[in-house]
Amino acid sequence: MMDTGYNYAYLDEQTKRMIRRAILKAVAIPGYQVPFAGREMPLPYGWGTGGIQVTAAVIGPNDTLKVIDQGADDTTNAVSIRRFFARTAAVATTEKTTEATVIQTRHRIPETPLGEGQMLIYQVPIPEPLRWMEPRETETRKMHALQEYGVMHVKLYEDIAHYGRIATSYNYPVLVNGRYVMAPSPIPKFDNPKMDRMPALQLFGAGREKRIYAIPPYTRVESLDFDDHPFEVQTWDGACALCGATDSYLDEVVTDDAGGRMFVCSDSDYCGDRRAAGHTGDQGATAADYVRVTEAGQ
Amino acid sequence: MYVAVKGGEAAIDNAHRLLAEERRGNPDVPDLTIAQIREQMALAVDRVMTEGSLYDRDLAALAIKQAHGDLVEAIFLIRAYRTTLPRLAVTEPIDTDAMRVRRRISATYKDLPGGQVLGPTFDYTHRLLDFTLAAEGGADSTGPAPADAPVDRCARVTDMLNDEGLIQGESDPGGPVGDITRAPITYPCDRDVRLQTLARADEGWLLALGYSTQRGYANNHPFAGELRMGEVSVEIVPEELGFAVPIGEITVTECEMINQFKGSKTAPPQFTRGYGLTFGFGERKAMSMALVDRALRAGDLGEDVVAPAQDQEFALSHGDNVEASGFVQHLKLPHYVDFQGELVTVRALRAKAEETP
Amino acid sequence: MSMSSNPMLSVQGLTHWYGARLGCRDVSFDLWPGEVLGIVGESGSGKSTLLSCLSCANRPSGGQVLYRDRSGAMVDVHALSEPRQRLLMRTDWGVVHQNPRDGLRMGVSAGANIGERLMAVGARHYGDIRIGAQDWLGRVEIADDRTDDLPRTFSGGMQQRLQIARTLVTHPRLVFMDEPTGGLDVSVQARLLDLLRGLVADLGLSVIIVTHDLAVARLLAHRLMVMKDGTVIESGLTDQVLDDPHHPYTQLLVSSVLQV
Repeated sequence: MMDTGYNYAYLDEQTKRMIRRAILKAVAIPGYQVPFAGREMPLPYGWGTGGIQVTAAVIGPNDTLKVIDQGADDTTNAVSIRRFFARTAAVATTEKTTEATVIQTRHRIPETPLGEGQMLIYQVPIPEPLRWMEPRETETRKMHALQEYGVMHVKLYEDIAHYGRIATSYNYPVLVNGRYVMAPSPIPKFDNPKMDRMPALQLFGAGREKRIYAIPPYTRVESLDFDDHPFEVQTWDGACALCGATDSYLDEVVTDDAGGRMFVCSDSDYCGDRRAAGHTGDQGATAADYVRVTEAGQ
Repeated sequence: MYVAVKGGEAAIDNAHRLLAEERRGNPDVPDLTIAQIREQMALAVDRVMTEGSLYDRDLAALAIKQAHGDLVEAIFLIRAYRTTLPRLAVTEPIDTDAMRVRRRISATYKDLPGGQVLGPTFDYTHRLLDFTLAAEGGADSTGPAPADAPVDRCARVTDMLNDEGLIQGESDPGGPVGDITRAPITYPCDRDVRLQTLARADEGWLLALGYSTQRGYANNHPFAGELRMGEVSVEIVPEELGFAVPIGEITVTECEMINQFKGSKTAPPQFTRGYGLTFGFGERKAMSMALVDRALRAGDLGEDVVAPAQDQEFALSHGDNVEASGFVQHLKLPHYVDFQGELVTVRALRAKAEETP
Repeated sequence: MSMSSNPMLSVQGLTHWYGARLGCRDVSFDLWPGEVLGIVGESGSGKSTLLSCLSCANRPSGGQVLYRDRSGAMVDVHALSEPRQRLLMRTDWGVVHQNPRDGLRMGVSAGANIGERLMAVGARHYGDIRIGAQDWLGRVEIADDRTDDLPRTFSGGMQQRLQIARTLVTHPRLVFMDEPTGGLDVSVQARLLDLLRGLVADLGLSVIIVTHDLAVARLLAHRLMVMKDGTVIESGLTDQVLDDPHHPYTQLLVSSVLQV
């Protein structure tokens, strides 16, 4: 049901056109941050306004939308954003990754591989990968233009010199299409390999900083590293306590005051699918116990 | 057995209900009306209009009511609403020379044409809590005595200095005016973009930056040349008519600071200036804005940029309280996936450190 | 020394005014590969202005600076776009600042300071970068065990040596030095000068060095230009200028050097 009084997906057509133009530029130059005239949205800056503006510009009545935060569909902000689009655009929503045409995400890439025809829209807090080494935007613009990326490897070098290994665990910088160094948003480095030559279109929206960037389908995305200290993803000793998965990113859950811990899939849809298929972990519920928050089409 | 907790939607709905309860407060107390806020909390309304960049007293009052009196939250509501409004026309620049002045003072002259008109100011009040206000319908309601003569049209102080060539002129370089709501800011930016950004910037931020210049962080020796508050006409030029037509009136506060004089080998010294403007009655903001405007002109005036108030990227990027509030408070959002990554890393590094002697 | 027919740097009529005040006027000279040119004079002589116009730190009011790039073409450096100028600064040219803090990243380790230049041109093997950095630390006489230390823990002389290592690690063809031994005490200076002399010879660098100290000039420079009030009043081979000065001002300068 759509809220009357607002244009489809909240933004007026001019604004959507402006955002689409920025998206086209971004797709034409993979990894390059395109400035755009972001609007104030009804959700605060820092809470996904960039991702929301990108989604609003590309979504249509025939789409099916999935929204996740930290990999789960029912974290409060994901719920809030999904409701926003349910109110302002007559679009079907789903929890199932395989059924979504548009997925807006904060800080995770779904475990289930995405296909052609799907769009993954990332919420980005700080789009500039060089920001921590160089606070001035006038400087970082030049550094990108001239491929002056030595300073990125300096950070990695320093980590190895001090810790014996690269210490960045999320928002791990990548080189896109062999040209631009890009901030993938605060996804764990575990997810970086999924971006490489992904068949889906990846769009990145930073509302507060007013930048949009993109990775077209099947584009090369390489995590920065050294030849003798190659990029590595996180691993866990155990498996998901609910579904037994050993190949997904696990959240740590504190279970009692005595330091009890268990590890559970961060991707709630992936975990649910596995349990529906009969897999269980050592604390697994049965398939029947798993309740989806939204059914497809709602 | 652990069961992942679902129910985010229900939790949010209940949070909204609790919030509505908080907003209403004790139901035995009469509900606040928009009219009451608009009339009796006018300065809050003025601030919300200024930083929300939207002149509408009723909407601002509504935003303040909805935000439980949190002005930054109210400003956010107004800005978000502004996004949805269609743009019908661009007005002519307002003519503050023709202002129907209700308050106008100058610190640079004891007396001047038009006079020192105090108007409704806090300036000479003694800050003693007035308990008569606590009694409803209380408070002495005898109005001011009428003046001997109406307020003349007031000539501008800076124009008087300008006639003698003592102050640098403000000139219109022509060309299109930047619009920060239509194009992202790139640094370094010109004065039009700077002034727009300052006009909607957080009052506290500008107050602190302005104050810093007075305390020596790039002092520019300011004098309050003129401060005026009153009504100005808003006009548009409809295509069919080809001449300006007034569509309404707004109240504004305007401040012109007169600053440190500057000269060069080729040009004898002149005073420099800073400018501030707010909707409604906003002197503190208008004055702070003028101090920061002047500081940001350092580059144009060949001054070294040594202090935060002179640094464009610093002073302008962090002044928007809607952006700042959003990003600071976004730390409340779940970050446990990234934190998990950090936990894994730190545990591994510590394990390694314990191994090595 | 290369036998190309063009000089490494050809400067013609270089002039710079600061408003109504003269910085330098009408300076012309050629610099050949492997040559060290010293620019000497008192404070206010215009030598630092000249250096800043040569190294693109300032845009001159008049005149030209032509540089022979790796393809042999003479390029007007001030007519280059900023991106191309920055590329030049990163690859072919180097600058050693008087204050080492201006030429170092104070917040990263010594090894990273040197390694950054290598990483900027594509070095991707941590072990090799580290070895390369330590090799250079050795060449500038800084001990290996300081590799991971921050420059702020170094003495002034060590910081300067680190800056030199950072500047030279990518083998620039032309290096600008502004009072590289300024602010260091005499024994530290002597060590640094010896080091510089050795490196310049080993690497066949072309150098333009600005200094007020004639001893530094004598030790390092093949040729000298003496500046006073913004103009070059005498130039020639170092020994000739210092042992047999012609211009009265040069004579004054030479005779006023304390004999130790």
